[in-house]
Amino acid sequence: MSENVIYTLQDADFVPAAKEHRDLTASEAVTGSKHDMRKRFFARKSAVAGLVILALLTLLAIIGPYISGHSYDDQQLERANLAPRVPGLASIGILDGSETMNKTGGEVRVNRYEELGITDEYYIFGTDSLGRDMFSRAFMGLRVSLFIALAATVINLVIGMNYGIISGYFGGMTDIIMQRVIDVVGSIPTLVVVTLLMLVLEPGMGSIILALMLSGWIEMSHIARAEVLKVKELEYVQAARTLGAGHRHIIFREIMPNITGKLVTQIMLGIPSAVFLEAFLSFVGLGMPAGSCSLGTMLTDGFSNVLLHIYKLIPTAALMVLLMIGCHLVAEGLKKAAE
Amino acid sequence: MGRYLRKRIIISVVILFVILLVLFLLMQLMPGSPFNDAKLSDEQVASLKESYGLDQPVIVQFFRYIGKMLKGDLGVSYSIAPNTPITTLLVNRFPVTLRIGFYSLILGTAAGLVLGLITAFFRSRAIKVIFNLVTLLGIAVPSYLFAIFFSWVLGYKWNVFPLLYDFRSPAYSSVMPILAMSLSVMAVVGQFTRSEAEDVIKSDYVQLAKCTGMKSSTIMTKYILRNSLIPVITVIASLLVSLLTGSLVIEKMFAVPGIGGLLTEAISSNDYSVVIALSFVYSALYIVVMLILDILYCIVDPRVRLGGKPS
Repeated sequence: MSENVIYTLQDADFVPAAKEHRDLTASEAVTGSKHDMRKRFFARKSAVAGLVILALLTLLAIIGPYISGHSYDDQQLERANLAPRVPGLASIGILDGSETMNKTGGEVRVNRYEELGITDEYYIFGTDSLGRDMFSRAFMGLRVSLFIALAATVINLVIGMNYGIISGYFGGMTDIIMQRVIDVVGSIPTLVVVTLLMLVLEPGMGSIILALMLSGWIEMSHIARAEVLKVKELEYVQAARTLGAGHRHIIFREIMPNITGKLVTQIMLGIPSAVFLEAFLSFVGLGMPAGSCSLGTMLTDGFSNVLLHIYKLIPTAALMVLLMIGCHLVAEGLKKAAE
Repeated sequence: MGRYLRKRIIISVVILFVILLVLFLLMQLMPGSPFNDAKLSDEQVASLKESYGLDQPVIVQFFRYIGKMLKGDLGVSYSIAPNTPITTLLVNRFPVTLRIGFYSLILGTAAGLVLGLITAFFRSRAIKVIFNLVTLLGIAVPSYLFAIFFSWVLGYKWNVFPLLYDFRSPAYSSVMPILAMSLSVMAVVGQFTRSEAEDVIKSDYVQLAKCTGMKSSTIMTKYILRNSLIPVITVIASLLVSLLTGSLVIEKMFAVPGIGGLLTEAISSNDYSVVIALSFVYSALYIVVMLILDILYCIVDPRVRLGGKPS
């Protein structure tokens, strides 16, 4: 009877693995591709431009209201409706605080600064009908709108991502039920949800965020679910499962790091739509209460006397367009970089 | 196809039911009662409640409410036009909104298709840059900013179109609202068509067709156009939502006598019954259009019929 020549592995052959091998998880395994993604993102001029725009706007939202020296809510009724006057440019005749008004006798060029005898003060964006500095107001509005949009989008992300991941990861009956719920909830037009909610709630920032949240998480969950379904059957997730990893480990350590790109893109698309909805609510009369200041209320104010003082509308509209373009460029860059 | 259709219709009915339930509950939650006149005695209130069926259990009221809504009886307005049935308010306004929305959709889709196909077909750098710029603006800039721009330039400075909707020349005064709303449709459809068409052009069957010496006009109409058109139907569905929202602001801005204008008016004058009735109308409209688009998609794309649902 020959001895068994095949060597059997024994416990003594094993030692605990080195730390760097033990911790090798999906998030580290993909650092290579993440690095590439960053490179591809920064190689796109439009994406970088978008990022610069967003950075500038964020900076201005933080410090903008304090630059001009006039507070955003300081009413000086005698200084109402001043046209923009910019230091430097004023001496060569552009933006010197005069505006053309249609009066009964025909078109008249008016300079309210001279009428009031203001010589050393400049309102770069002019003042509104209550004499408040439009420069400070524009950036204060940007700050409020950005805050609303960010808060709503982040909440959407948390709810939508969890919903989508659970639905996609567990599949089967869980998935079917959760998706039917979404079918129903998602089929109620956003417009209707938001309008009705705003009717019931007190006007204010919290209600707007809640209204935006109720309609926004569905899209986020669709994307999270689709991504999970894509990643779920890949080798490294299978490997983790074979090694006996729990659901928690697989979801947070293996799946999450690999779907963040898509979710960040979705955040970038969520911000413009939240800003859009906020302004929409203001237009319809369901937005921020009177006296507060957001891009929406500023736009509504500006529109109500657009034919008299067009300058009141331009800064707000420009900020809004820049914000939306910035977000779209970054989102587009992320999308292209992920491909 | 029958099975898929049946499933879709059942889901639509459930959605409509849920919406009705939500609206009904909201009505219960709304502050105040129709009879909060101090001069009414308790007995009078009780008899009024009986005559309107408000003494019945909530569940009975709910089913009665559903019955009424489905029959087209949307209740009466409280403050905009007191005691006027909301249906009467809608009859004249609905066609205006539908017309403007429809034309915006058609104009935007047509322009987007043409732009997208041109950009995909002629691989010129200049065209691509212009296309990217136009679609970026169209997607990023909300329709109400376009509306302000148009009304200031075309309406005020150049005086080409009326600033406010004019009953005497509905076609003429619809131009600016339609333009403002169709730009975003154009941009979205354009981008989508372009990427679809570029995929089709790169595909093996188009390459093969080229190799066999097929005329490029034939390839364009028989291969590229057809295959890149199908997915566009899905985008139109999502565009409809933004059109609905946009139309509200646009109608307010140009004083268009549509249901969007009615809704904003009802909101600002706290006419809850009109708001709730219009919410139902909007939801029903949306659900019906979604159903139609799904059926359309099902007809043009056999894969949907065989299983799954449109992605």
